[in-house]
Amino acid sequence: MAEFTMPSLGADMDKGTLQEWLVQPGELVRKGDPVAVIETAKSSIEVECFATGRMGELLIEPGTTVPVGTPLALIEPAAEGAGKPEKAEEKPPVRPAPAPVSAPPAAQDRGHVEAGPLVRHLAERTGVDLAAVQGSGHGGRLTRTDVEQAAAATTAAGQARVRATPLARRLAAERGVDLAAVTGTGRDSAIRAADVRKAAPGPTAAGPRHLTVPVRPSHPPEDRTAARRQAIAGLMTRANRDIPHYYLSTTIDMAPAMGWLHEHNRRSPVAERILPAALLLKAAALAAREVPELNGFWTDDHYTAGEGVHLGVAVSLRRGGLVAPALHDADTLELRQLMNGLKDLVARARTGRLRSSEVSDPTITVTNLGDQGVETVFGVIYPPQVALVGFGRIVDRPCAVDGLLGVRPVVTATLSADHRATDGAVGAHYLTAVDHLLHTPEQL
Amino acid sequence: MGADGTEKSKTTYREAMREAIREALRSDDRVFLMGEDVGRYGGCFGVSLGLLEEFGPERIRDTPLSESTFVGAGIGAALAGMRPIVEIMTVNFSLLALDQILNNAATLLHMSGGQLPVPIVIRMTTGAGRQLAAQHSHSLEGWYAHIPGIRVLAPATIEDARHMLAPALADPDPVLIFEHGSLYNLSGELRPPTRPVDLDHAAIRRPGTDISLITYGGSLPKALAAADELAAEGVEAEVIDLRALRPLDDAAIAASVTRTHRAVVIDEAWRTGSLAAEVCARIAERSFYELDAPVERVCSAEVPIPYARRLEEAALPQTADIVAAAHRAVD
Amino acid sequence: MNRTDALDVVKESIVQVVPDADLAGLGLDDAFRDALEMDSLDFLGFIETLSERTGLRIDDEDTPYLTTLSGSADFLVARTK
Repeated sequence: MAEFTMPSLGADMDKGTLQEWLVQPGELVRKGDPVAVIETAKSSIEVECFATGRMGELLIEPGTTVPVGTPLALIEPAAEGAGKPEKAEEKPPVRPAPAPVSAPPAAQDRGHVEAGPLVRHLAERTGVDLAAVQGSGHGGRLTRTDVEQAAAATTAAGQARVRATPLARRLAAERGVDLAAVTGTGRDSAIRAADVRKAAPGPTAAGPRHLTVPVRPSHPPEDRTAARRQAIAGLMTRANRDIPHYYLSTTIDMAPAMGWLHEHNRRSPVAERILPAALLLKAAALAAREVPELNGFWTDDHYTAGEGVHLGVAVSLRRGGLVAPALHDADTLELRQLMNGLKDLVARARTGRLRSSEVSDPTITVTNLGDQGVETVFGVIYPPQVALVGFGRIVDRPCAVDGLLGVRPVVTATLSADHRATDGAVGAHYLTAVDHLLHTPEQL
Repeated sequence: MGADGTEKSKTTYREAMREAIREALRSDDRVFLMGEDVGRYGGCFGVSLGLLEEFGPERIRDTPLSESTFVGAGIGAALAGMRPIVEIMTVNFSLLALDQILNNAATLLHMSGGQLPVPIVIRMTTGAGRQLAAQHSHSLEGWYAHIPGIRVLAPATIEDARHMLAPALADPDPVLIFEHGSLYNLSGELRPPTRPVDLDHAAIRRPGTDISLITYGGSLPKALAAADELAAEGVEAEVIDLRALRPLDDAAIAASVTRTHRAVVIDEAWRTGSLAAEVCARIAERSFYELDAPVERVCSAEVPIPYARRLEEAALPQTADIVAAAHRAVD
Repeated sequence: MNRTDALDVVKESIVQVVPDADLAGLGLDDAFRDALEMDSLDFLGFIETLSERTGLRIDDEDTPYLTTLSGSADFLVARTK
């Protein structure tokens, strides 16, 4: 049984809110299928499944905020029957046994329960679920008597806390073993890993897991803009503090590109028109492939090149804020595909339905403030990326052409790069590559 | 043939340390040794025997009995570009120089905005077991491991005694080296290092699958002996030598506990507020879900270390205590 | 197409692209791209919608006529005559 955990959807995310499940227990899911909508401080994101299999138990209720790494659901990986879903569907959905009763009531979070530490302790000892008890104290507060009565009422069913080691609990959860039914052989009859293995022999699941503690409910929508601002503030502060930026700039003659574009658009139906932004993005992506030193991540004091060019596209949101989701493998997309991808990405960024893979893996980001009329933008790098490319507005400027003064459309391309990862010469190589690429638009 | 590390040779921990100092003095004329009785007497524990004759009184300097003064002088020399090796007789007396170490050596780089590195190495003896009574027997290295800005090493093998000094001198930060008094006579073959000696990583001195014995310094031989006894009973213990007490190699500790799911931490210091406590806390933080038994600790009794042999033995962690702790965790 | 219909089509096409656009606060001769912070993608979407709804082919050269509500309406009226 694999765990589907709260993903980290960017360097600035430490917790997220489950908004909605897009699947039901027992449903077959394929790798890449969206299974849940997660709300982060920045936006709502459709999270894709990492494996093919059958959804098991959903562990977290919508509306719950949990730290990154918290298990959200169990997924039974596809076994031998994976290729024949119609047959598999005849079987009743496989559900793991209910989670052991061992979790203390406080961790089950059915909303906040007013109860003091002594009362909580008593509840834990006697196996009383505080959320199910009516409080008789001031303002509905739970008293000691409430818990004692509840404990007395459920003496027969009330189970004391199971003594089990952390590893044994983890194994029991992974294998669907009810710890209450296991006999412990450890000190004071504590249940150990070996006891669980004996009760349910199975493959050892890999990987450590994190504590399941729901923290607090989701942001109300009005806090959303403030939260988004805060997330950007945190990330950009970190970028400015940790990344020694260097900046380069060059002016690129856009006459060939604009001429080609004009010709293309004249011959194409409206729906197939291409914007200059698409040409700039394609050039940025191809140049990133040519200069892999700028296409990747700086983590733990070293550089790792990205696998593929996943071009982060900075999209400003109408109510304020910014996201920079990835156009996957942008260097391999035909211009038409890239243009469609861009339209789709921007639309979804603004309706808050990005996918997890798009927000978590850009390898280099492009910001294009040209639409807002400025000529030059020197951006702040998104950690852990090592470069940010900026394009300004395409403007007509006088320039020397073949010894004569001519008016040409030009764009200012800039590069902000991480000096820990590269030096200026690499950055210069990159901007030169962008320049060359835009001179032969037909090859983009 | 000296213990120069170029081929296998029989030597002792003491000679390996001396050879390391000799090599440092030969290879860098900024290096000098300073401390109480390091010159004419040859070092209180004989580590610097013969070095005065070889290098002269300019570089092998006897000092007055004033730890604060000569450690302060060493810090000053380091600030002025030298690479001093300062020897303090035992960790007990280092407390007289604690102000210099904590308030000067550990802070100057930080307070000067990176302008004043203090590349000093301070060596001292630590630990009990030789009937030297309560003023010469304590293990206070855990206190130093509390201090940001310095590096704290505990060589527990002949190889580390021979090879940790050079990288320690190359480190721009102050480095404290704790030599357990019971290790000086440890003898064995010195193998040339198979890879560069680093000051960041713990070492697995014996691999095992059933329980991790995590220790350092003078307790390493006891932990290895305990592992032998446990193996005879069918329990495969993994012995981790921390080597560096600051920074601690969290990853190695977590990796070992992930393999074995049980741990005993052995530390000759007192249990309360000890380095052993820190290691336990980190296991709880990083490896909680790997644990299949409570973490055990074997530390010294919480008394001033006694003089009488039987009492001293009873106060210190012994191999039998480690075996018993391992059984509590495994059985 | 009369001018009232043309104006409606223009407004609908804008709302299609910028759902929360405040058209009531927008003057007939205001440059709506700036006022509504429409970027080039939004503007292309607007052209696409306009083109779909009217069946007109709108080229890059035509876009200078499409900066204000009244200008856009005039353009549609002229082209559909």
